[in-house]
Amino acid sequence: MDYFVQLIISGLVIGSIYALVALGFTVIYKATRVVNFAQGELLMFGAYVCYAFVVQYRVPFVPAVLITMVFSASLALAIERLILRPMIGEPIISIIMVTIGLALVLSSVVKAIWKTQIRVYSPKLFPQTTTDIRGIPISQEFIWCFVLSIILLIIFSLFFKYSRAGIAMRATAFSNQVAQSMGISVKRIFALSWAIASVVSALGGILIGNINGINSQLSHFGLKVFPAVILGGLDSILGAALGGLIIGLLENLGDGFFKIYLNVSGVKEVAPYVILVIILMIKPYGLFGTEEIERV
Amino acid sequence: MHYCGDYRTTYKDDMKIFQTPFVRVWMALFLLFMLAVPFLASNYALSLVTQILIAVIGAVGLNILTGFTGQISLGHGAFIGIGAYTSGILTIKLGVPFWLALPCAGLMAAFIGMFVGIPSLRLKGLYLAIATLASQFILEWIFLRWEPVTGGSYGLILDRPKIGSFVFSADKHYYYIVFGLTILAMLFATNLVRTRTGRAFMAVRDHYISAEIMGIDIFKYKLLAFGISSFYAGVAGSLMGHYLMFISSEQFTIGVSIQYLAMIIIGGLGSIIGSIYGAVFMVLLPEVLTLVTSKLSWIYPNISDFILSIQDGVFGVIILIFLIFEPDGIAHRWRLIKAYWKLYPFSY
Repeated sequence: MDYFVQLIISGLVIGSIYALVALGFTVIYKATRVVNFAQGELLMFGAYVCYAFVVQYRVPFVPAVLITMVFSASLALAIERLILRPMIGEPIISIIMVTIGLALVLSSVVKAIWKTQIRVYSPKLFPQTTTDIRGIPISQEFIWCFVLSIILLIIFSLFFKYSRAGIAMRATAFSNQVAQSMGISVKRIFALSWAIASVVSALGGILIGNINGINSQLSHFGLKVFPAVILGGLDSILGAALGGLIIGLLENLGDGFFKIYLNVSGVKEVAPYVILVIILMIKPYGLFGTEEIERV
Repeated sequence: MHYCGDYRTTYKDDMKIFQTPFVRVWMALFLLFMLAVPFLASNYALSLVTQILIAVIGAVGLNILTGFTGQISLGHGAFIGIGAYTSGILTIKLGVPFWLALPCAGLMAAFIGMFVGIPSLRLKGLYLAIATLASQFILEWIFLRWEPVTGGSYGLILDRPKIGSFVFSADKHYYYIVFGLTILAMLFATNLVRTRTGRAFMAVRDHYISAEIMGIDIFKYKLLAFGISSFYAGVAGSLMGHYLMFISSEQFTIGVSIQYLAMIIIGGLGSIIGSIYGAVFMVLLPEVLTLVTSKLSWIYPNISDFILSIQDGVFGVIILIFLIFEPDGIAHRWRLIKAYWKLYPFSY
């Protein structure tokens, strides 16, 4: 039983990181209709930039995180302006390929600068001790990571609901033309959504990097985000958050279940995609997504 | 762009494969040259040409699905893997001859491809891309984990095909099998896009609602496109497996799917000839990179390690450059260049 509680906890932690990345993905998709295959690379880039400041330049953690946020935002702005802007109006396959190309470039830049071996933040952000909750030992960094991700998710959903920029973003997502005629600068909203997505992913990268260390495998978070967003519905922010948590949980529980009872290992790598296919077969627009109906 | 005096008065004329006698002669010369390649080329060049031809088969297959029918597939690499494993398992474990295993590999891939294509009835665009992405990961996982059948991470060792007692063990001899099949694949694809089926594919791509109004059974043609495309992938996989004589799950990753998509985008979506340009480009790109770096290592000794680590990045940059500046690919650019020189120097 303890084993399963541990699985649930680590599932929730991983799931909360998925939720952050999925939030970034959904923000970009909602506003600009761009499917970002480079979301995981943005996460990895953020984690490495923070690593560079903390370990290589000896900056204290909190300023380093702030610098990383600025850095990720400017990177995303540059990407949006130089690469995605010329692609407006192109067919979806071109847009998918552009973000795949971008992902390849980003990950090879990271490999060229930091090589491939695993790196660890040396003054860790969170305490390393464990706390007992009802007799089950839980590492404190797990709790911190989970709580911080949830706080970030809440901040961003409040931002979208109540702030002026957030409302402008939702208007743009509803219709570019209408938003533009109401005096919203659609270009600025596109840039803003890329910046937010990149910053959120980078924060996710820093959180998970504190627990597992960072290497180029971090970019896999970007691919695991698809099951999460499809489950939640592609254009729903609440859905993305919930979807991330559920996928993280199911992935870990499924892995543990298969390992113990059926002696099959490695289910973790494939379970999210099996879930994804099942959702697509039953309910393609997810839990909270907008259903598109077309009839001939 | 027509030659002076080349008037077409019937549809039949307009749809000819060889528009002018000139093209026909060039094509014949080119085929003769290709037949002579094993005698002229070094072993290294021959292996490159063989790889290009195999890539051409795969790329044409993907172009039928993505370029002509408009269905995005991120699972082409896995379908190639299905072909390679089917053919490998049939020849090694069951002793089936290569000549029977090759079509079986194609059929198996086509069957699984059509199964993956079933969601395309309800899903399109992005959703379909994600569905095929998921199937890519699931198939990759099966290749790696179903050890008793696929050999897992140890892979499978394959043989070269043989007729009677003659074994196509030399690369020279194997080249002719690949070359013959590439010609067949190209002929079939070129003719396919001129038929009712091919036109239906394009109608589904251009406007599926109008296509359905005109009485085209969208689901049937989408599935057919998935089937044909995966059949090509399966054949390419089988040829690749028996050429390298070794297959393992690392050869059929998502990276391969991306590479094939890059081929058809760089070559030209919806252009059969473009698939060839793309395949040539993508196979030669890493070779050119290593060549350049080995020349430069003179001056900067560490550069080859550096370039190796950013090879994917160079590949990504090329995809970006093509998508932003030449989204119609090399085939389109080549047409423009030809048109320019035809009218030179009076281009207006």
